[in-house]
Amino acid sequence: MTTLPVHTNVADPFLRTERIPHIWCPGCGIGTSVNSFARALVDAKIDVNNLSIVSGIGCTGRVAGYVNLDSFHTTHGRALPFATGLKLANPKLNVVVYSGDGDLFAIGGNHLIHAARRNVDLKVICVNNLIYAMTGGQTAPTTPGDVVTSTNPHGTYDSSFNLPYLVEAAGAVYVARWTTFHVRQMARAMQEMFTKKGFCFLEVISPCPTLYQRRNKMGDGLDTMIFYKEHSKVKNGCPTSEVSLSKSGEIVVGKFVDRERADYRDLMHEKMHDTLGDRYVEREACECEI
Amino acid sequence: MSMHADPAGVLTGSHFLDGDHACCEGALAAGARFSAGYPITPSTEVVERFAARIPTVGGTFIQMEDELAASIAIQGAVWGGAKAFTVTSGPGFSLMMEHIGLAAMTECPCVFVDVQRGGPSTGLPTLSAQADMMQVRWGSHGDYEVIALCPNSPQECFDLTIQAFNLAEQYRVPVFVMLDEVVGHMTEKVVIPPPEEIEVTPRRYTTVPPGEFKPYQPREDLVPDMPHTGAGYNVHVTGLTHDERGYPNMTPPVQDKLVRRLQEKIIKNADQICQFEEEAIDGSDCVVVSYGITSRVAQRAIEMARDKGVKVGKFRLITAWPFPEKKMKEIAARTNSIVVAEINLGQMVREVERAVAGEVPVRFVGHAGGSVHKPEDILKAIMEVAR
Repeated sequence: MTTLPVHTNVADPFLRTERIPHIWCPGCGIGTSVNSFARALVDAKIDVNNLSIVSGIGCTGRVAGYVNLDSFHTTHGRALPFATGLKLANPKLNVVVYSGDGDLFAIGGNHLIHAARRNVDLKVICVNNLIYAMTGGQTAPTTPGDVVTSTNPHGTYDSSFNLPYLVEAAGAVYVARWTTFHVRQMARAMQEMFTKKGFCFLEVISPCPTLYQRRNKMGDGLDTMIFYKEHSKVKNGCPTSEVSLSKSGEIVVGKFVDRERADYRDLMHEKMHDTLGDRYVEREACECEI
Repeated sequence: MSMHADPAGVLTGSHFLDGDHACCEGALAAGARFSAGYPITPSTEVVERFAARIPTVGGTFIQMEDELAASIAIQGAVWGGAKAFTVTSGPGFSLMMEHIGLAAMTECPCVFVDVQRGGPSTGLPTLSAQADMMQVRWGSHGDYEVIALCPNSPQECFDLTIQAFNLAEQYRVPVFVMLDEVVGHMTEKVVIPPPEEIEVTPRRYTTVPPGEFKPYQPREDLVPDMPHTGAGYNVHVTGLTHDERGYPNMTPPVQDKLVRRLQEKIIKNADQICQFEEEAIDGSDCVVVSYGITSRVAQRAIEMARDKGVKVGKFRLITAWPFPEKKMKEIAARTNSIVVAEINLGQMVREVERAVAGEVPVRFVGHAGGSVHKPEDILKAIMEVAR
């Protein structure tokens, strides 16, 4: 008698399986990134009870709803200031911000640079599908030139952000980029972020077959994996000024920044101890005792 | 259920404080240990004092990049276990509307202090108004209810800020302390009682274990209990329409059940929530309705009218929202006319007229902002309507 192999997914214990099927399209990379996230949680032996995930709005913003963790699906662009309040009030929590490029860099751009500047101890995973996907494929600040979107039907001409360059300049202590082809590297980067204190940023380049690839005749999800495989170049330590993306050019991936800088709470405690001495009441959390 | 204040935050004694500072002391006494703010006149003194005081009490102040950030950072802190508040004025209040809706939808117990100034837009940054009274009720999109309190003295800034935190915890709603520039900047005696005389409402944490707990299943008072974050509840909190598990469910029946409950938990408890001050209503020729700083100008006008032999009563709103509709109807049955004075061109007067429903004449004394009324203007309206 043959025994059928039982396939289990590393992500299963971390999913709200009663909420499946999810809303993501076939070929979308967000689910792939969640799989790597689950692997990172297992490999890093993270205490999931102390792990909170905060999302904004958009396709990636829905991640918070599918993972079986304390999860906060906030407003558009504002995941970072919510996460800042959560982390500062309850520092024992490991706080992950999981959101999209439009959410974090357009409407949330101001919050992003300030969270990085403060070096709040947050792990930011940004799924960059180069487009506003939830609303139907409009141009985002990450959309490269010379592609067709629903709001640039004649082609884009607007300059786009280079996310790692921007985040490094704002003060992040850890900056990496992988594509959804690089599932193991992505998981490793997430795992590294969990061991690092401060504002850590991972850009995950992901297909949006429905609204980006299809409209630009770039094939389906599988074709995009092949594209990522052929066009990605691993350059760890590469200056972030050199990692801009274009429609069909090289995708520089790897770990670009890994540096030490005191985080917001450490700086606050140090200053208060210096100035106030014994009068400073350093508490582990701001929880109300009453 | 109530407990006594944590002594760490209570500055017991007699003080000479302005309304903004008294408001900060109220927050500390109520147990606020987190505030996020963005500077804006005439409210900044509240967070300046908090920033100076909190390191020796035990807690955190963070200056955010804008009011959008401040108004959601406090909600992150609340879910992290803190009592938290933010402070602003008109233009900043406009930016916070997005997260007032989020707090209403996710039933996040938090406090907003709005020290009102003249508008619209940048308006009168350093001068008074009471022109955010409809914005506080209706400013964010969708249907929801809030609680808004209107202090008329620094002492009340202290007292009502404590009550704001208590109401926020009891009903899991955003609660607003609606100062105006004059109350915020006027300095008077403020008595802060010893901690054992200050009642504070603890967070209604659930005792149901993870796995069995439904985060949006209400108790009999229509308010659900809260889970601790970081305790295995794996709770989902979303601004999307959600079911009792907290899961998104964008269907008309779930929307109807949720949004009706968000309203009813306040409306059905309005009698317990609403506070007001009334005096000499029965058989009066006229009742003057006012709130905040205007109530103190109205007091002078009432005394002047009484000197002229007119029987004038006083009705002061302490709770503006929910509006004490039932009480207002009662008052209309006990007097012959009503005068409403407020520093705007007609906001709470609409609620008064709606409640009174033509029973007695209602005369409005508006003011576009920049100063308080002249008592003579209110007196003139009393004399005309009571004639």
